[in-house]
Amino acid sequence: MTSYRTPRSRAAGLGSAKHGVSTWIAERVTSVALVPLALWAVFAALRVAPMGYEGAVAWLHHPLNLTFSLLFAGLSFYHMGMGMAVIIEDYIHRRSTLVTLLLLNAFVWFGFGVATIVALLKVALATSVGVAL
Amino acid sequence: MRLIAVLSLTPFDAGLKGGWKSILSWGEGMSDNARRLPDRPTSPHLTVWRWHATMLSSILHRASGVSLYAGALILAAWAICLAVGPECYAGYMALLGGPIGKIVLLGLTAAIFYHTANGIRHLVWDAGKAFDPKFSDLTAIVVIAFTVAATAATWIIAGMTGGL
Ligand code: HEM
Repeated sequence: MTSYRTPRSRAAGLGSAKHGVSTWIAERVTSVALVPLALWAVFAALRVAPMGYEGAVAWLHHPLNLTFSLLFAGLSFYHMGMGMAVIIEDYIHRRSTLVTLLLLNAFVWFGFGVATIVALLKVALATSVGVAL
Repeated sequence: MRLIAVLSLTPFDAGLKGGWKSILSWGEGMSDNARRLPDRPTSPHLTVWRWHATMLSSILHRASGVSLYAGALILAAWAICLAVGPECYAGYMALLGGPIGKIVLLGLTAAIFYHTANGIRHLVWDAGKAFDPKFSDLTAIVVIAFTVAATAATWIIAGMTGGL
C-alpha cells in the first residue's frame, strides 16, 4: 500500500497515538463473538416475549440461558461503548464537548452494563420466584 | 484551475474560464498519462458523492449501531424491571407491546440483523479480503435483502407464537 506520510512526519512521530491497536482488536473480537450471540438474542426474545413474569424468571434460572444472557449483555455493552467512542471522535471536534461526551458514553455503557448484569444475576440466583427488590 | 474543478468533482466552479462546460473538453490533446487523475484519496462528502450501495451500507452500519446502543438500554430496563418485580415487569412488557413499543422493536429487529450481517462484511474487509467495488456493492445488496427477509420472518414467527 502507498504511504502518504512524509518522511518528516514519520520522523517526528506525528499521526497515530500508538495505543489504538488493543481497542481495534477488542472491537473485532467482540464482533466475532456477537455474531452467534446476537442471533441467539433474537431467538431468546421470541421465546421469552409470550412467557410473562414467572416464565421469564424461570427461563433465566436455566444456566445456559443465564450464561448466554450475560455474555450477550456484557459483550454488547463493551462493543457499543467502543463503537460510540469512535462516532463521538469522528463528529465532535471541540475539546470540551468531546471530553464531556466521551465521559458520558463511558458512564452509560459501563453503568448500564453492570446494572444489567446485576439484575440478571439477581433474578437467576434468587431461590424463590417473586421476591421484591 | 480546470484541474481543480475536475478534482473537486463538482462543475460549479465560478472561476472557470469558458464556464463549467469547458471541463468536458479538458484533457484534449494531452497524453493519456497526463490526463490521468492522480491516485489520491478523496473525501466522500455527501454533496459531491454519487449514491451507491456500499455508501448506503456504510451509513446504515453506523445508524444500526447507534440504534442498538439504544436497544441495549431498552434491554437493561427490561432486566432491571424483571429484577424489581411482577408489576414493574408487566408494565414494561405492556409498554413494549404497545404501538410505540412495537415500532421501536421492529426497528431494533432490523437493526440487529443488518448490523450483524454487515458486521461480517466488515470483518472480511478487516481480513484484507473482498475489497472489489462491484463485489462490495453486491454483498451490500445481499445484506439489505437478508435484513428485510429475516426481520419479516422474525415478526411472522412472533405473531404465530404469541410474542406480539
Ligand atoms: C448486538 C449488539 C451490538 C451493538 C449494541 C453494536 C453497536 C455498535 C456501535 C455503536 C458501533 C459504532 C458504529 C460506527 O462506528 O459507525 C458498532 C460498530 C461495529 N460493529 Fe457493532 N454492535 C452490536 C453487534 C455487532 C455484531 C453482532 C457485529 C458482527 C460482526 C458487529 C460488528 C461491528 C463492527 C465490525 C463495527 C465497526 C465498524 C467500523 O469499522 O466502522 N456489531 N457496533
